[in-house]
Amino acid sequence: MQEIKREDLIAKAAQLLADGTVDRVIGWKKGEFDYDVTPAVFTSKEELESEFVWNDFCGANFSKYLRKEADKTESKVMAFLKPCDTYSFNQLLTEHKFDREKVYVVGIPCNGMLDDSKIKERANGISSVSEENGKVVVDTLYDGKITLERAEVLAERCANCKSKKHAAYDELLGEEGEVLDSARFDEVEKLEAMTADERFAFWQNELSRCIRCNACRNICPACTCEKCVFDNPASGVENKAISDSFEEKMFHIIRAFHVAGRCTDCGECSRVCPQNIPLHLLNRKFIKDMNEFYGEYQAGAEVGSRAPIVDFTTEDIEPCDAVERGGENA
Amino acid sequence: MRKISLDKINQLFAEISSKSSLYIPVDTAAGAKFEKYDGTKTMSDALNTVRSAKDFFFPQTENMVDFKVEGKNIEIVEPVNEYEDFVVFGVRACDVKSFEILDRVFLADPVDNFYKNRREHGIIVSMACTKPAETCFCGTFGIDAASPAGDIVCHKTDDTLYLDAKTEKGAQLLDSLNALTEETDSSAVDAQKAKTAEIMKKLPLAGLDASAFGADKTMEFFNAPEWKELSEACLGCGTCTFVCPTCQCYDIKDFSTGHEVKRFRCWDSCMYSDFTRMAHGNIRNSQLERFRQRFMHKLVYYPTNNEGIFGCVGCGRCLAKCPINMNIVKVMKKLGGNK
Amino acid sequence: MQVNGEFKPLIVAFCCNWCSYAGADLAGNNRLNYPAEVKIIRVPCSCRVNPMFILRAFQRGADGVILCGCHPGDCHYTSGNYYTRRRMALLFSMLDYLGIEKERTRVEWVSAAEGAKFAATMNDFVEKITALGENKRLEDLRCKK
Repeated sequence: MQEIKREDLIAKAAQLLADGTVDRVIGWKKGEFDYDVTPAVFTSKEELESEFVWNDFCGANFSKYLRKEADKTESKVMAFLKPCDTYSFNQLLTEHKFDREKVYVVGIPCNGMLDDSKIKERANGISSVSEENGKVVVDTLYDGKITLERAEVLAERCANCKSKKHAAYDELLGEEGEVLDSARFDEVEKLEAMTADERFAFWQNELSRCIRCNACRNICPACTCEKCVFDNPASGVENKAISDSFEEKMFHIIRAFHVAGRCTDCGECSRVCPQNIPLHLLNRKFIKDMNEFYGEYQAGAEVGSRAPIVDFTTEDIEPCDAVERGGENA
Repeated sequence: MRKISLDKINQLFAEISSKSSLYIPVDTAAGAKFEKYDGTKTMSDALNTVRSAKDFFFPQTENMVDFKVEGKNIEIVEPVNEYEDFVVFGVRACDVKSFEILDRVFLADPVDNFYKNRREHGIIVSMACTKPAETCFCGTFGIDAASPAGDIVCHKTDDTLYLDAKTEKGAQLLDSLNALTEETDSSAVDAQKAKTAEIMKKLPLAGLDASAFGADKTMEFFNAPEWKELSEACLGCGTCTFVCPTCQCYDIKDFSTGHEVKRFRCWDSCMYSDFTRMAHGNIRNSQLERFRQRFMHKLVYYPTNNEGIFGCVGCGRCLAKCPINMNIVKVMKKLGGNK
Repeated sequence: MQVNGEFKPLIVAFCCNWCSYAGADLAGNNRLNYPAEVKIIRVPCSCRVNPMFILRAFQRGADGVILCGCHPGDCHYTSGNYYTRRRMALLFSMLDYLGIEKERTRVEWVSAAEGAKFAATMNDFVEKITALGENKRLEDLRCKK
């Protein structure tokens, strides 16, 4: 259950539309079911009232849409951003991807989003998803009402939420939260503790499922190249399908490497993967390494910060020592 | 019609796999997928596999020809394709129907020999659905989830598997399993079908009507203003096309290994920015045009070229997998006027 | 690569134009031996090396990849090798995380005056890779002869 109500969000958006602050609003649009929410642009109060939705499935990060939307007109666009979205927002501003003046950010608190695939594992034929007394109640076609603990169907990235604090906003609805002490590197550490053979087997199993749909890349707020090297026929590495197990490794190593230092750990890549590959574990490895080798850094915490990968000191760790150190806590 | 107790299903699988490769849906951490039966795997109860069954006949990548370069000579090496007979067990009604849609593309003149070869060697054992998901809408396209097509059609009850051969290939396979199965009448299957038919009526998408679409409706929908809104959130990823059982577009590419050139084909997606890139440039420069292409192909162009048959089977995979939850059902409702 | 039934590793060495390539030259001038399996690719600066170069070297059959540049502080372009150091630390750590043998990749700082170090480094690297055997984990089967 989200503490802020749909009606409050609509009222805020309607007010900003009415007083001319903005002329369109990026929000979530209801779908066929309770869980299939689509990002959309709203331009009137009527539209908002009939189709705007705010529930436990509004995970989509709007930061990337702002890039496209802010360029469209001279007027301002409003976006509802959850705390994690604001980090991506700042990161895009750091990279000068859109004009800050053209965006009006309304920060909204978030209690964590649910993962519909986790619900589908536990319930067949979902007719509705609601919340009663802090539990998730799924009404099904075959087994009646199924009650689930929120924790078991919470999205992975929300279970390991790094911050309830907004890194940017023009206006905040609700209370400001805190940066959290998350356990997001636990899984990475577990992998680091394995033998090389075990790690290889783990990743081989995960990455071999990749179908190269590019959803992870296209959703990623940090992936903003005009032309991706993997789409460029002149690059020599362009491929539309993975023909060999090498190519899936190369794609995912390079994808994660290219966003290292810019990845805010928003978790969209893992959310959208149709094959449930834990892609965030690659990004988090880079984040964890950078934190350990070069000091704590959170991409998007502030606009204009310099990522460790485009910085240096004369005393940096040598690559051979970095590998030896992998797995230990510095 | 034959039947076999479900306790003996592994014997059935062992028998089939002793003669030809057998693929069954199995549960994995990432959902159900078809895997080769090796004596240890158990069949998944999942409604459908994450990836469709089209991979068996139209794999994601396929080597077509090699060019070996030595000095000034180029030797052309055609791959040796000696396909063995294989059995795919547990294909759902929607996926079986998708083969018919692919056949009309790949078996029409000029015949695609790679596809044809695999089709001839494949035996499809379909499985009737009893618990369709909320995302299912095969009924919209005239598919009966309770009585799929296929070489052999199976119905599974709590304790028994019923098998009914529908083609000569299927009858041959079923006859070879006579030692394990026994003859039975169709009363249990009929009861199950009636029950499923009731459920189908109650599905949330049961009322979805495709009649607004179909052959020769291009002009009616092509310039519809709704495309802008529908395509707005599309990321241009290929998820929907790659999980789709009927998407059949591919690209042919060359890969230089350093000592030879491998020409292969691989799935392509009309959602990709360079799908229509040609020497002179690109004819679809916006995501709206790409997005429109996919749905117009399924709902208008394909029917236009194929006696009104739609290019969608209502499996619901794109509903489940689209990162932003935009899908053919929303398109049909918005454009086709049904609520 | 198997030569007469014996494993001969293929080593790709990226050498920066200003220090390490000159170091290799010096090794040659001084008639110091190092294995012929080492194939040198000259780059303007060690920081020219994109992680993709390293992966693609493995794809095309390399069994080990070594990157040589000026000593930290001595970069011809002042700071290029400092960036290299960070990038490669992260890349090598990632490869290790994916279960790729960590011995297969290496960074060494070799100056133009260190012909002896260049030869010794290559001898040592080839020895280690020979002991490690063929690259299987980052191979592309299509590129195998």
